[in-house]
Amino acid sequence: MTEPALSVRNLRVEFFGRRGKLVAIDDVSFDVAKGEILGMVGESGAGKSVTGAAIVGLIEHPGRMTRGEIRLKGDRIDHLPAAGMRKIRGKRIGMVFQDPLSSLNPLFQIGDQIVETMRAHLDISKADARRRAVKLLDEVGIPAAASRVDSYPHQLSGGMRQRVVLALVLCTEPELIIADEPTTALDVSVQAQIIALIKALAKNYGTSVMLITHDLGVVAEIADRVAVMYAGRLVEIGSVRDVLKGAKHPYSQGLVSAIPTLRQGAGALRQIPGAMPRLHAMPNGCAFHTRCQFVFERCRVERPMPVRSGDIEVACWLHGKAVGTGP
Amino acid sequence: MSADAMVVVEGLWCQFDVSRPWLNRIFNREGRATLTAVADVSFAIPQRKTFALVGESGSGKSTIAKLVVGLIPPTRGHISIAGSSVTDKSGSARRQHNRRRIQMIFQDPYASLNPRWRVRRILAEPLRVFGLEKDRRETRIPELLRLVGLDSADAGKFPHEFSGGQRQRIAIARAIAAEPAFIVCDEPTSALDVSVQAQILNLMRELQEQLGLTYLFISHNLAVVRHMASDIGVLYLGRLVEVAPPNELFDRPRHPYTQMLLDAVPDLESIGSRVRRPIEGEAANPINPPTGCAFHPRCPYRNDRCKSEVPLLMQIADRKVACHGISEGRL
Repeated sequence: MTEPALSVRNLRVEFFGRRGKLVAIDDVSFDVAKGEILGMVGESGAGKSVTGAAIVGLIEHPGRMTRGEIRLKGDRIDHLPAAGMRKIRGKRIGMVFQDPLSSLNPLFQIGDQIVETMRAHLDISKADARRRAVKLLDEVGIPAAASRVDSYPHQLSGGMRQRVVLALVLCTEPELIIADEPTTALDVSVQAQIIALIKALAKNYGTSVMLITHDLGVVAEIADRVAVMYAGRLVEIGSVRDVLKGAKHPYSQGLVSAIPTLRQGAGALRQIPGAMPRLHAMPNGCAFHTRCQFVFERCRVERPMPVRSGDIEVACWLHGKAVGTGP
Repeated sequence: MSADAMVVVEGLWCQFDVSRPWLNRIFNREGRATLTAVADVSFAIPQRKTFALVGESGSGKSTIAKLVVGLIPPTRGHISIAGSSVTDKSGSARRQHNRRRIQMIFQDPYASLNPRWRVRRILAEPLRVFGLEKDRRETRIPELLRLVGLDSADAGKFPHEFSGGQRQRIAIARAIAAEPAFIVCDEPTSALDVSVQAQILNLMRELQEQLGLTYLFISHNLAVVRHMASDIGVLYLGRLVEVAPPNELFDRPRHPYTQMLLDAVPDLESIGSRVRRPIEGEAANPINPPTGCAFHPRCPYRNDRCKSEVPLLMQIADRKVACHGISEGRL
């Protein structure tokens, strides 16, 4: 088997606050293969974004990665000095965030921002960089790229700005793109355009993508594999088809059936009772046991770790036994 | 319009003056600029039913919500709720008259609750304003909390002690405290996670059954709307382009914009297999909308008439549609 583009092992992130330490990410391991799109889903506070931030070394004080290993194409990147990490961010790992305006400098023309990024990371002349910037803008679907290259961010619509951010990320041909809710701020019709674009670009450039989102519909559309997070832990990971059609963890099952779909009519939605535990009040054993209808003694005392069950890896003591098709 | 309609909106227009200051206009030789947020919108909501408005940002959904509750006056048009006009009476008399019967639930439960007030005070406020005596208020608050699935002990807590879903429950309790007949819900679950969203939507449906409420439900999420609404109006640049019951609308969308919108929604059913129709362009600028049908620059079926003449909302078979192509029988 070839080496994965990204490999995360036993990641643990803690925040040190006044009330003691909070474990935001607890023993999370996963891989992203070359050219693969991994969707990372979960509710707010589940630790999706913190995992993304840990990979690029952007966890801010008072948080700290206290255990684990992160490898990019086999190179360990989790304990590089700040300058070394800066060389990787932007060059080998690109990032796309929810709000494209926060990634673009409002005072510079978009072409100049792309040229500057290329010249910071690659050995390229100004003229060549500019030619490539126009080509990239054209590739991400900016109409009349040759004249739009001199536009300022405020002259573009939200969808166009997100396209510019994608051009900015791709200009250094990174091995991995971490996209944190890239379409959440966009309208559905524009969202569909951006999703299709990310998928096409990942394929053309052979770039791996870690797509962080709360929208399982987006994941169904674009991702190859999906990882479900709950309360800082990975509860299930597998191919999109396997997880969305046959989730094994009771939480993933609940999550999938709680979503109203276009094809289903009125009638009460299935709901998961209760809410995700807060970090300072984590239950013992399985973090989901307080809301789980299949809970039994072992769940309350011992934490399940992800184990292979069929084509899925799932962290649940029920696995192996018949879980049934739905709650 | 039928006699049992709770809410009747007729020929509603709302325009905002977005001109630059007069000195700039003189220097740059510009005229005044107006933004038409709502153009000629009419609909009726029967009692105990839910009418949903869907559309992209800038389509005028929230402006209609504000017009209906009387927060902004319409430029033209008429709104009546339970038989009495919202638009005729002026000033404070109008507002006092309507407040009790109309309530609103907003998108962000972090912004719509006063962080310095305990839940008891948040819920007592509407009761006090509508003249309920103190001892009656004290008994009503635990009732309200239980109705929305919270504990009566929660009355002593502050909003920050609750999760997003629980806060939205408090906002709902506040809305039903005054025993309104009609609630305007502006994106009530957009800020919530999916598992919590299901809880809130189920709660809203239960309360509708129990209390006989009428909802105007505004959302950009088509799947949520399908789940909640008895009739759906699709807005594009301030105009209703299609009005139909959910099954008809979702099974056979007629207007090209509705078709495009439904095609664009990522869905769990669509793993890898779905063939999307590529969508062209983005919504036009409402300050300078296209002539004729506002959707024509993005529409694959446009002809010359679409470019010059505004299509009106007309009853065609089982629904109302505003499209020349459909009324001419081309589509």
